[in-house]
Amino acid sequence: MKIAFTAKGTEWNSEMDPRFGRTEYILVYDDEKDEFTSYDNREIENEAHGAGPKTSQQLFEMGPQVLITGNGPGGNAATVLEKAGIKIFIGAGTMTVKEAFEAYQNNNLKGF
Amino acid sequence: MKIAIASGKGGTGKTTLSTNLAAFFADKNQVVLADLDVEEPNSGLFITGKTEQIDVKYKMIPEWNEDTCTLCGKCQENCNFHAVIRLGSQILVFPELCHSCYACSELCPTNSLPMVKQRMGELKHIKSGKIDFIESRLDIGQEQAVPLIGQTIHYIESKFPKKTLKIFDAPPGTSCPVIEATKDVDFVILVTEPTPFGLHDLKLAVDTMVELGKPHAVVINRYGIGNNDVVDYCVENNIPILAKIPNSRKLAELYSKGELVYKELPEFKEELQKIETYILNLEIE
Repeated sequence: MKIAFTAKGTEWNSEMDPRFGRTEYILVYDDEKDEFTSYDNREIENEAHGAGPKTSQQLFEMGPQVLITGNGPGGNAATVLEKAGIKIFIGAGTMTVKEAFEAYQNNNLKGF
Repeated sequence: MKIAIASGKGGTGKTTLSTNLAAFFADKNQVVLADLDVEEPNSGLFITGKTEQIDVKYKMIPEWNEDTCTLCGKCQENCNFHAVIRLGSQILVFPELCHSCYACSELCPTNSLPMVKQRMGELKHIKSGKIDFIESRLDIGQEQAVPLIGQTIHYIESKFPKKTLKIFDAPPGTSCPVIEATKDVDFVILVTEPTPFGLHDLKLAVDTMVELGKPHAVVINRYGIGNNDVVDYCVENNIPILAKIPNSRKLAELYSKGELVYKELPEFKEELQKIETYILNLEIE
């Protein structure tokens, strides 16, 4: 299974990014291969509009089944993610990626 | 001639000035007053009359035709606003993000994104003595003020002769709606108050008008409160101060009752006279 994180870096110890649409990186962990793929999303800073749909689209291309994030996506992004069938868990905005993953495994994150 | 009444800061008195200036001018001449603050128009609270026309206004948005689409993704690549997204085997359109630029529709190789009408608001044209009052109101849930402002200006230009004085009550701030409301006017009056907030936002508004190349001047409202920094700033930057409207409880009371104030307050009327004289002496081709 592939699990996506919104993060400020690309490693287990990186801080999570609480924002969805304007997250700095999208990090996808493949638990079967035990490896990360990441996407540098920092250019989103220059976008005045539509950050949510754009990041959602990028996330979709990376093929995760689950998204772990902080505040949760806004309306437009939520529409895309719902169509894409990605399960969303929120409330991990102040954790590291590792902590967020563990919290998810222990069912300590809220569904969106 | 088209004059926009704008401001950086909200609540400085754009509507007070727009409605009173229009009514004052209409004591003698024909005038058009337009409320272009379509997200929250309020000039209509002060101007009542006979409804001349009500138009429903639409914007154009793309509609996906699944049967002919080849999912090539050109639409998504070309949309600057991420209003069109390809998600696997479907195309999603976000009407609130769409700026009606037609890029996706025109560049689609199979014409699978024809543009269709979507209701965005309503334009009202009211006649009140010598005032033609035009007000547009954006529907609840609509996010784009710009297309409605543009269509409202278009309505005014198609209905009234070029030489008729037109006063535009602009939205506050310095973002897209303000640009749309001011970009084709001959002159911009920036209303401010003599406070640090007023000065801060006035500077932003002046920068915007300089960037747009719009001749502009300042009206200071609630003069007498705050400090002298706004006056100093205008003097240093050679920005004419057309009027100083004294801070007055009476004015606020009349305004709060939805009344025009210039008839009751001679000192306010004097300031309007100064503004009118300045406007009528502007050399505009």
